[in-house]
Amino acid sequence: MSAIAPKHFRTPLSRVRGRGAAKSGTEDFWLQRVTSVAGIPLTVVAIIIGMLLLGRNQAATAQILGSPLVAVIMLLFIVCTVIHMKIGMQEILVDYVPNESLKLTLLLANTFYCWAVGLTAVYAILKMSFGV
Amino acid sequence: MAETRAPAERPLSPHLQIYRLPLTMLMSGMHRISGFALYFGTLLLAWWLLAAASGPNAYAKFQWLSGTIIGQLIILGYTWALIHHMLGGVRHLIWDTGRGFGPQEREWLAAATIIGSLALTLIVAVISYLAMGGSR
Repeated sequence: MSAIAPKHFRTPLSRVRGRGAAKSGTEDFWLQRVTSVAGIPLTVVAIIIGMLLLGRNQAATAQILGSPLVAVIMLLFIVCTVIHMKIGMQEILVDYVPNESLKLTLLLANTFYCWAVGLTAVYAILKMSFGV
Repeated sequence: MAETRAPAERPLSPHLQIYRLPLTMLMSGMHRISGFALYFGTLLLAWWLLAAASGPNAYAKFQWLSGTIIGQLIILGYTWALIHHMLGGVRHLIWDTGRGFGPQEREWLAAATIIGSLALTLIVAVISYLAMGGSR
């Protein structure tokens, strides 16, 4: 009868709890902070490594990238970056894609892309490091 | 049925096109846009690493493309996005501690982000240019 009659008896708080656009939140929020803190020194060192490799040929580049210290730093940079960018893109998608099925498709694509790019980079570093 | 009445003329809430773009708002947008760009830049990073791991031929292709004007602009843009996103991240981490929200502070932080990222990118670019003997 009345237009303001409640459609159900659950309180607004109980309905909204854990039901944001992403259906989850604090773990990703925290992991995004962890990877951003770690990412600061790793980014600085990765840029310096990149500058040191400018203009070198493949053999020299592979040798430097495969040397233990550089390889470990690059692995940390890649893993940190990929975790951070996966959460970041997920945040963008749940913010801007209202269509549920398109959103799920893009979230899947995001996961696949991040794993593929991350593992490709990790594989390349390990290959140069182990010299196979 | 009762007579239908046209909805009353009410002021609409102002949206993006009404505001003069404040620097803090621009930096907020640029943080997300730079992150979005870096998302695809990581693919180039993976390509570079895979090319170096694959052998001289694959690496020669990468070096040729990265030597073109477009390649150079992409690398410059990637570097800027990386540095800008890093400085923007520092700003967000300061905010996470509950500091830096004052009117002067946030203007100062926004200005420091953009000036810092442009300055650092310029330094990286100049050093790289000189290290390459002026060839790039």
